[in-house]
Amino acid sequence: MTAPGDQVRAAVDAAYRDEWGQVVATMIGLTGDWDLAEDCAQEAFAAALTTWSRDGVPRRPGAWLTTTARNRATDRLRRDAAGAAKLRQFAVLARDPDEPPVEEIPDDRLRLIFTCCHPALPFQGRVALTLRTLAGLSTAEIARAFLTAETAMAQRLVRAKRKIQEAGIPYRVPPAELLPERLAAVLAVLYLIFNQGYDEEDQSRALTVEAIRLTRVLVRLMPAEPEPRGLLALMLLHEARRATRTAEGVLVTLENQDRSLWDRALIDEGVQTLDAALAMRRTGPYQVQAAIAACHATAPDPLSTDWAQIAALYATLARLAPSPVVELNRAVAVAMADGIPAGLTLVDELASSGRLDAYHLLFATRADLLRRDGRPDEARASYERALELAPTEAERRYLAGRLGEL
Amino acid sequence: MKYVLLICDDETVSPTNEELAADPTHQAWLADLERRGGVLDSARLRPVVDATTVRVRDGETLVSDGPFAETKDFVGGFVTVECADLDEAIAIAAGHPYARWGGVEIRPVWE
Repeated sequence: MTAPGDQVRAAVDAAYRDEWGQVVATMIGLTGDWDLAEDCAQEAFAAALTTWSRDGVPRRPGAWLTTTARNRATDRLRRDAAGAAKLRQFAVLARDPDEPPVEEIPDDRLRLIFTCCHPALPFQGRVALTLRTLAGLSTAEIARAFLTAETAMAQRLVRAKRKIQEAGIPYRVPPAELLPERLAAVLAVLYLIFNQGYDEEDQSRALTVEAIRLTRVLVRLMPAEPEPRGLLALMLLHEARRATRTAEGVLVTLENQDRSLWDRALIDEGVQTLDAALAMRRTGPYQVQAAIAACHATAPDPLSTDWAQIAALYATLARLAPSPVVELNRAVAVAMADGIPAGLTLVDELASSGRLDAYHLLFATRADLLRRDGRPDEARASYERALELAPTEAERRYLAGRLGEL
Repeated sequence: MKYVLLICDDETVSPTNEELAADPTHQAWLADLERRGGVLDSARLRPVVDATTVRVRDGETLVSDGPFAETKDFVGGFVTVECADLDEAIAIAAGHPYARWGGVEIRPVWE
């Protein structure tokens, strides 16, 4: 038997990206056993390498992989008494005359993602489980992405799966009355994955790519929901500016980014996706955030930015998803639209409320406004505080640079 | 699946059984439970001032006044229910009046 050639390897890799989540989701639906589902999916992909080399790449890789995974599951369950009992259950399901033939497997990924993101699971478990079962990232890859030890990440996954089993979390798309809050939970997980990947230098298997891919799947599977589109638009608009976010390891602010280097195709797609969402006339926080990002992305230069519109959008966002961070961003927009003093008043109110005492951007924003207002000594104190709190090297270098300029 | 719902609050509002029975939210909750038909057992508990805690250490029985642990919230009652899944237990828990100012802990029964 010859070793798998490059073409077969490429085909299996592509199939892994496109089909892993679907195969695992289907297997969990059939067997109710998450570990078995993953193991059988893994074996199916391994089998693909050898079999596709021998027989050629199948016309429908997903169907081939799912059938192979099912056969593996049947074999494994046959081996012991407990498994045999499960197999009878499984076999009954398989013989169900209403069940569609393997060629027409419905997409079970929606059930899977809602279950992974169930509110009864700890948040970090939701994120890890989503990346493992839907995106097919290995435990090691997820651990690296979140700067955690692999053993700790493995435990998180084990606990999450156990909780699903022991607490009776149902494997399903939530009913209509639960859907808004449960969908918000799914979107929060996807957005976190995106943001986690946003600072990554290494582009291969970047979390941003996975987040965008999963959100695209969600949009396709829930075409009547506007917020998944809102989130996708937001991600695309952020991603469009990735190349200009840092220069030589230093953060570059929006006004200083070279707009000719922004990805116009992504911006166009982001704007189109947002328009499709807005057409459904059911607003939501991700649509509003995307609209703000679109204001920036479509302005040909910083001076053309419609800050009044952005300030109004932040006011809307503050109603839908109130938070001190939203208030801070609104203050910046107000400063740009109505003048520095108006913005500074809002920032000072936030500062004295104490709610953002540990948030470096409060102090960075205040410093920036004070600097523009011609008050360098006060600006310096704020930059220094921001520098103490800044979480990334790129931001620290940026703030140090600003301090140096004063 | 069987769950025990532990209904908790900090006891600052401590309605009598009659007052609770007259509370429309509580009435609606009871009616919903009856409609679902899964209650295996339930009880309202006297406040923690009436609690007694027993520990046996080195063969000695230690009896003390008060709850097992000093917490902000205390268990004020429990319901044992048979439900389809956790979402159903959550729906039941959310319907209890105490959920609005206290909380309801849902524990699967270890069978």
